[in-house]
Amino acid sequence: MGPVLLADAVTFAYGRTQILDCVNLTVDTGEFVALVGPNGSGKSTLIKVLLGLLRPDAGRVSVLGSPPQDLTERWRIGYVPQRPPALDLLPVTVAEVVASGRLARSGWWRRARAADRTAIDEALEVVALTEHARHPLAQLSGGQQQRALIAKALVAGPDLLVLDEPVAGVDVASQRRFRDALVSLTVVHRKAVLLVSHELGAVADDLDRLVVLRGGKVGFDGPPAELTATGVSLGVHAHDLPLWLEGL
Amino acid sequence: MDLPLPWPFDRDYMQLALVAGVVVGACAPLIGTFMVQRRLSLMGDGVGHVAFAGVAAGLLAGVWPVWTALVAAVGGAVAIEWLRARGRATGDLALALFFYAGIAGGVVLTGLAGSLDAGTLTYLFGSILTVTPGDVRTIAVLGAIIVAVVVLAWRALLSVVLDEDAARVAGLPVDGLNLALAALTAVTVVAGMRIVGVLLVAALMVLPVGAAQRLATSFRSTLIIASAIGALSAFVGLVVARQWDLAPGGTIVLVAAGTFVLVAAVPRRGHVLRL
Repeated sequence: MGPVLLADAVTFAYGRTQILDCVNLTVDTGEFVALVGPNGSGKSTLIKVLLGLLRPDAGRVSVLGSPPQDLTERWRIGYVPQRPPALDLLPVTVAEVVASGRLARSGWWRRARAADRTAIDEALEVVALTEHARHPLAQLSGGQQQRALIAKALVAGPDLLVLDEPVAGVDVASQRRFRDALVSLTVVHRKAVLLVSHELGAVADDLDRLVVLRGGKVGFDGPPAELTATGVSLGVHAHDLPLWLEGL
Repeated sequence: MDLPLPWPFDRDYMQLALVAGVVVGACAPLIGTFMVQRRLSLMGDGVGHVAFAGVAAGLLAGVWPVWTALVAAVGGAVAIEWLRARGRATGDLALALFFYAGIAGGVVLTGLAGSLDAGTLTYLFGSILTVTPGDVRTIAVLGAIIVAVVVLAWRALLSVVLDEDAARVAGLPVDGLNLALAALTAVTVVAGMRIVGVLLVAALMVLPVGAAQRLATSFRSTLIIASAIGALSAFVGLVVARQWDLAPGGTIVLVAAGTFVLVAAVPRRGHVLRL
């Protein structure tokens, strides 16, 4: 069985501005990979190409064994985008947000069935938001809102979880719960996780691989231990990771 | 329709107005809820102006203006959505383009038809007291379409409102849902055209939602409360208009605006209604 996620010599440009230059990336089953890089390095564009939201100019992308646009069971991808700024204004409960993540699997036109309700309860439990299920999302802290979005991505039972800056502005306690959830997914449930983040502090010790993107190219791809052997501690550098990456 | 109802609905024309007003009042906020959350509150206004051009085209061609307005409004709404989704124009710029082109086209076509008269004004400002049983049937069918689609697709539409990219990645038919919502906006505008007029119909899509958002605890309850406020505004507006001999379309919208102001003025101590 091939990798869950594959980018093979992917190139992409917005007009004449080259964003990605021959990028190679793989994520295998049960693997926990972090994608890091300074602002403007092409991380978000790479994620959009990998998820099929943008088509590469050259190279090949494969998600769960298929080109993204040909993947029929798209619910097998769990995607947590950066927290939308308008989230605080939406009149929506935590349970409604999480339930919306189940629609692609159960059929968006169907009413929720017993299996859907069980999956929603389990996803809320994973992110420790069970007691907040009926609460309006706007009344929750930024960290709790982010956990609700993670539960939304988990509720369909994806094989691949892609998270874009999921812990930006999230409190320490929420980061710890977030880390526990991701470790459980990769170690216990053998799901693949690709995490894009500037803040690796909470998960630095749990990563299988670290991929550094700089100027649209992969600058480093390997186990975090290879970096720590050079005197770099991801934990120590967690708070100034973007600056540290500039000098890599 | 001549039912033994008490004042002010003791007359046949008031009973027709009540049915038409309540249907439009209940249905318009169902669509408006999604528009407000997507920061496209003025979309109904833009589509209304395009619908006016459709009315004028109907008058010029000698066709029932409701049908030409429906065609123009659906075309305009789909075009606005296309421009927004393709990034050819921001949402507000796309609206402005159709807002002004629609009203200008309407003025030119009305001039060509030589029909800038009371008949035209009934579409601009509404004329709920002159709706016919045929109008009511048309409004009821359009209302049923709106309710059916919202009941079927509100969860998917909410998913798109939450994050369009995430909904697309999950495999939801985002483009189809957006186009359906745009087309339903046009249907709502045309259904409300004879009630409050194309210039005010967007108010019924937005004001009840503004009030409901402050009372509701969930998206589902926002839909239900907004719909109830819209229907109640139509009922109270008709009563007030009959009592003091006011223009009913404007009175209905003023009742909805008053409800919004009243609800907004009350300090929030948590949410009050749980449905």
